[in-house]
Amino acid sequence: MSQQNKVPEVEEELHLYAKRKAVYPKAVDGIFRRLKWLIMAVTLTIYYVTPWLRWDRGRYAPDQAVLVDLAHRRFFMFSIEIWPHEFYYVAGLLIMAGIGLFLLTSAVGRAWCGYACPQTVWTDLFVHVERFIDGDRNAQIKLANASWGPEKIAKRLLKHAIWLLIAVMTGGAWIFYFADAPTLLHSFVRGDAPFIAYATVGVLTATTYTFGGIMREQVCIYMCPWPRIQTAMMDEKSLAVTYKDWRGEPRSRGVKKALEDGLQTGDCIDCNQCVQVCPTGIDIREGPQIGCITCALCIDACDKVMSQIGKPRGLIDYITLLDAEEEAKGHPRMAIRKRLFRPRTLIYFTIWAAIGAAMLFSLGQRTRIDISVLKDRNPVFVTLSDGAIRNAFTVKIRNMEARPRQVEIGLLGIDSAKIWAEPGERDTAQRTVKLLVPPDSVSKTRIYAVSDAKAPAREEFSFTVRALDKEGGSDSEKVIFDRPEGQ
Amino acid sequence: MAEKKRIDEPTGTETVGHEWDGIEELDTPMPRWWLWTFYITIVWAIGYTVLYPAWPMLNSATAGVIGWSSRGQLDKEMKAEQDRTAPIRTAIDATPIEELSSRPELIKAAIAGGQAAFKVHCVQCHGSGAAGSKGYPNLNDDDWLWGGDIATIHYTLIHGIRQPEHDLTRFSQMPAFGRDGILQPAEIADVTAYVRTISGQQPANAASNRGSAVFAANCVACHNADGKGNRALGAPNLTDAIWLYGGDAAAITQTVTNSRYGVMPAWGARLDPTTVKMLAAYVHSLGGGEALPAATNAAAAAASTADAGNTQEVNVAAK
Ligand code: SF4
Ligand code: SF4
Repeated sequence: MSQQNKVPEVEEELHLYAKRKAVYPKAVDGIFRRLKWLIMAVTLTIYYVTPWLRWDRGRYAPDQAVLVDLAHRRFFMFSIEIWPHEFYYVAGLLIMAGIGLFLLTSAVGRAWCGYACPQTVWTDLFVHVERFIDGDRNAQIKLANASWGPEKIAKRLLKHAIWLLIAVMTGGAWIFYFADAPTLLHSFVRGDAPFIAYATVGVLTATTYTFGGIMREQVCIYMCPWPRIQTAMMDEKSLAVTYKDWRGEPRSRGVKKALEDGLQTGDCIDCNQCVQVCPTGIDIREGPQIGCITCALCIDACDKVMSQIGKPRGLIDYITLLDAEEEAKGHPRMAIRKRLFRPRTLIYFTIWAAIGAAMLFSLGQRTRIDISVLKDRNPVFVTLSDGAIRNAFTVKIRNMEARPRQVEIGLLGIDSAKIWAEPGERDTAQRTVKLLVPPDSVSKTRIYAVSDAKAPAREEFSFTVRALDKEGGSDSEKVIFDRPEGQ
Repeated sequence: MAEKKRIDEPTGTETVGHEWDGIEELDTPMPRWWLWTFYITIVWAIGYTVLYPAWPMLNSATAGVIGWSSRGQLDKEMKAEQDRTAPIRTAIDATPIEELSSRPELIKAAIAGGQAAFKVHCVQCHGSGAAGSKGYPNLNDDDWLWGGDIATIHYTLIHGIRQPEHDLTRFSQMPAFGRDGILQPAEIADVTAYVRTISGQQPANAASNRGSAVFAANCVACHNADGKGNRALGAPNLTDAIWLYGGDAAAITQTVTNSRYGVMPAWGARLDPTTVKMLAAYVHSLGGGEALPAATNAAAAAASTADAGNTQEVNVAAK
């Protein structure tokens, strides 16, 4: 509280909370803008259309191409069906997605943020709706400052209505991944869909509307962990949107006048186009910053200006930090190809590809039938009237094919042992039992095994299962046969 | 410490008025939202204690105006469960025990219900795995004193074993051959040797040969000439490997000398008919259950799963 620290003339109050400065990004056209259009179209199409694709799996499994069937704990993706115990495939996919992001980031910087992140894509969509209704930047600012009248009210109502519609459709599309889409749509409209469906749509509508319409760049700047993580993954060899200050500075508005005055001028004519088109409302000329999602719209804007004043393009450009230093010194920059292939990206790629290859390999290897056996522990054995020993087992056969299958359960080891399945009789006991297992499910059978008493008290053997159709497939599980001690 | 409240200049906030070595503390007001949250929790708490049982009084707590109690909730849940199972219990009730096995959905429910009831009423003697112990039969095996088809098990359960004052109870009485002086110790030793021989536990010798005559004179009435017993009397098969009270010489001598007299309550008098029926289904399902005599039930024959081929064929339901 010393006197020197006195706040300067302007009585500016310090706040922990800074009010958002409204951003009115200006429309721009150019190669990156077109790329963004393309990616937006592709990603949104994938998102909205995927649940409606059909895929024939026969009569015992759903015909939806991509379906996360939580109720029955199955995950369908075209010809692949994942059971809960195979969840590591999903984990593997997530790990691949993560490492893919590392790879992308170390190679081309925040490309994810700039082009493919849902936050970016939907914000972009909302911005376009806004522009369609309110007009471009200047009209938007004018409208924002205008007093409330019929026109402003009408425009605002229309805009928010369309936003809400998009939000509802976004939330709505999500639930179709979790149930048969046409059925769910019908019951959803009729009003008898499960509560969770409405709740999910409600929550996702709210988040889409809030994040895409209202919060926008604040999500990236304040909420999202990804920019922080990315900072650790980018290095001096990663591409970033850079303003080439060595070329642009000193910027000047009146170039002619400045030249007349004998002043030096750079290429930047301080037209502020790059600032006006920026969806996060920053000035890239201040250097790389966390607010920059590298959407490259400022490159498009600046390139246009440069071509108008007859200067080479790329005053703002994708460039690595190392290249920037080289170029500033007047050396030629390294070819982008060479920049992309370096140990770091290659290592990321190798890990990524190895996981993918391992998953593909194991997908090709997996059998669609398996057995697990649970031995009765109470009692562990039963002495029968003729002195033979009986053990009981609960045998679970997992038929992961979408059709009923004939299988044979057999024994490996203990030659004297014979088995029969409930409800059966000991007279019918054999070395094998045939079962018809229902499609795409786990079937539980109680199996009794009987064997001579005069043998070790604990003897290991295996139950085997073998599919009897031509696709085949088999599995086995080791268990113990118990007998009374000292016989 | 002097009260030196003053307005702190840079922040414009009042201080609390204390000072320690020149360090003062700001009396920053609580954020509005925090205060409101606090008030709301107070209101909530008051409302809660009015609606639900809360305030301790002399003998009990206040009941709460909506009349909720944990006991009431339990009753409601129990009632809901009863309502849920009522239709299947009624169906089990209406189905004769002989036909239960041919109704897959009923027999499944009956076994499950019987298992639950077994855990309450039967485990004390027969053990939680129904494996029994000395004097208490193992219900998993294929040896039955009174018969092992589902209807017979049902009868045994309803009427119990050796229940005095119950006319239909399973009843028989083995004489205490030694205690009552019917047989001399030497004769008992001989007949013990004979029983151990016919059950394949020891080779025939002089004693067992002598015992054969003792057996013929005293035991065949119940245990049959071949020693295989008589289920109508609950007389055990003496030639098999299963011994309720032990098959060694000492145990058999004990049995012959003092007799054995196992009892079981007449469950028909203690439990409702549906539960008894379900218990019968459960006991029958443990692995030793026998088929009904052919005359009693045609359905059982239809349900036979035996296959002419090399293996048995069974269809299992998805679980
Ligand atoms: S900062 Fe986060 S939310 Fe924003 S674009 Fe990047 S990943 Fe998406
Ligand atoms: S500074 Fe340029 S690249 Fe970065 S967010 Fe703004 S417009 Fe996009």
